[in-house]
Amino acid sequence: MADQEEEQDNTGDQNHKPQDLPQVLVLKPPPVLSVIGEESFLSNKYQFLKAWESPLPLHQFLTAHAGSIQAILCSGAAPVTDDLLQLLPSVRLVVTASAGTNHIDLEACHRRGISVTNAGNVFSDDGADAAVGLLIDVLRKITASDRYVRQGLWVNEGDYPLGSKLRGKRVGIVGLGGIGLEIAKRLEALGCNVLYTSRKKKTFLSYPFYSDVCQLAAHSDALIICCALTDQTRHMIDKDVFSALGKEGVIVNVGRGAIVDEKEMVRCLVHGEIAGAGLDVFENEPDVPKELFELDNVVLSPHRAVFTPESFMALCELVVGNLEAFFSNKPLLSRVMDV
Amino acid sequence: MHKYLEQQLETHFNLFKLWHCNSSIAEFLKTHQGNTIRAVVGLDKIDLRKCEEKGIRVANTPDVLTDDVADLAIGLILGVLRRICASDEYVRIGKWKDADFGLATKFSGKSVGIVGLGRIGTAIAKRAEAFGCSISYFSRSQKPFANYKFYSNIIDLATSCQILIVACALTEETRHIINREVIDALGPKGILINIGRGAHVDETELVSALLEGRLGGAGLDVYENEPEVPEELLGLGNVVLQPHVGSDTVETSDAMADLVISNLKAHFSNKPLLTPVI
Repeated sequence: MADQEEEQDNTGDQNHKPQDLPQVLVLKPPPVLSVIGEESFLSNKYQFLKAWESPLPLHQFLTAHAGSIQAILCSGAAPVTDDLLQLLPSVRLVVTASAGTNHIDLEACHRRGISVTNAGNVFSDDGADAAVGLLIDVLRKITASDRYVRQGLWVNEGDYPLGSKLRGKRVGIVGLGGIGLEIAKRLEALGCNVLYTSRKKKTFLSYPFYSDVCQLAAHSDALIICCALTDQTRHMIDKDVFSALGKEGVIVNVGRGAIVDEKEMVRCLVHGEIAGAGLDVFENEPDVPKELFELDNVVLSPHRAVFTPESFMALCELVVGNLEAFFSNKPLLSRVMDV
Repeated sequence: MHKYLEQQLETHFNLFKLWHCNSSIAEFLKTHQGNTIRAVVGLDKIDLRKCEEKGIRVANTPDVLTDDVADLAIGLILGVLRRICASDEYVRIGKWKDADFGLATKFSGKSVGIVGLGRIGTAIAKRAEAFGCSISYFSRSQKPFANYKFYSNIIDLATSCQILIVACALTEETRHIINREVIDALGPKGILINIGRGAHVDETELVSALLEGRLGGAGLDVYENEPEVPEELLGLGNVVLQPHVGSDTVETSDAMADLVISNLKAHFSNKPLLTPVI
């Protein structure tokens, strides 16, 4: 059996015996799999069990394979719930092809002794670039004035209204994890003053820390949301925060839509109670509140803050790396440590 | 002219608005003798030799707009590479639900080449460094204190980098410095960012390179014939077009206006100009 496993190259060869390899359940293909292609995820240490390709109803499919499924590859579209884990007693690892873990019942995994890995820092640069790009765009009105030019208005109407300078702006980062730290680095080079809130103060950093997001907003000209979505952070950016941020304040969200009370944000934008927004995420994707389409001080992005070929290749390597490490009894590469 | 500057000029001086009168420039100047002050940093529209001949003082507004122009360069790079403008349009017209938009390209870590390492070029370099980019440059002469790779030949610079940024002054030597050869050297994966002057770039060549896919993309704040923008660019998703807004922030416009006023006040009280050119 062992020699056969080593000889297999998973290319659909006549000698290939798929049932010999440990199985990784994939309920729905994560974006990275669809974009990069399955070939890049092939390994001689595991094989994918693709639930979406089976004609069986899901429950039946899972029951049929329960004994052999040792790991799950998931993403936002295919959550890992306690009920799912209940059906799969042999699962010891959940790998998510994302930085976010809000679609995984982490407490259930912890209770069942199941390890979880995520995208680690592969998205940090791209996430930061997107956040900073959105901030510069909103303050300097880049997308709005690009539209102005394309509509022929520069010729007919003259100069576009002035934007707002970056240097000296106080930018409050909500969540100083991998992405938040990279954002801070870039903001410093732009001459912004970095402030932050986080679950815990980072003692190795000298940026001013606020334990309360409202206090942070009160001292900021712009807020950048890049924290995880948890029970504590759901709708954390609410009416009080917008009020503290004020009429000249700007918000950028590259975290999750549900961190922000979207209805309230839209109301504030429409009534000029905040000055603008750069949004990559929304509460109910791909639905975007239509009121935002009328606004020139809003920049909208279809949840692609980390969608670059470079990030996806790095993510693919990390997913494969974690799965291979797991099946070789080696340490996981990007384990999610907190529950 | 920006409102704040106009107000300040009218408050402190007798302001003669050439654009409001019907006479030619020559007639106007005969009746209103005076000196020229211009609120820009670029000196390409001023005949410096003539001014010097006639003893006309010239002052400009350097430094105050360095940050804004550098910030715009970074904003343009992100706009082009990460397709921020194009995907905003995609969302607004309701396409998010329909189809996959395709991937943008990473900015962090890319190689950046800067044409002209003056104040603005240096400010751009410092910002790009924070994005993990490698920096190289082409300049009239090597800068001894710059820790970046120097190329004495602009083709070599364009060949070596993925993002080429024009940040030099417009002179006889730099007119059309970005020509077909440079664009081809930059290549189908390269992008050009122009925050200098439209005349730095052979615009016809730029347009055909973009249409033919010989250049990957462009972020432009300036054009050869403003406010005219080549029509062919208006439909492209791999370009970002700005209406010459490099220094157009409230803060910088006010600062430039203040500097203009201070220079004028200094001049009229026989004190040294704050930011003289000649």
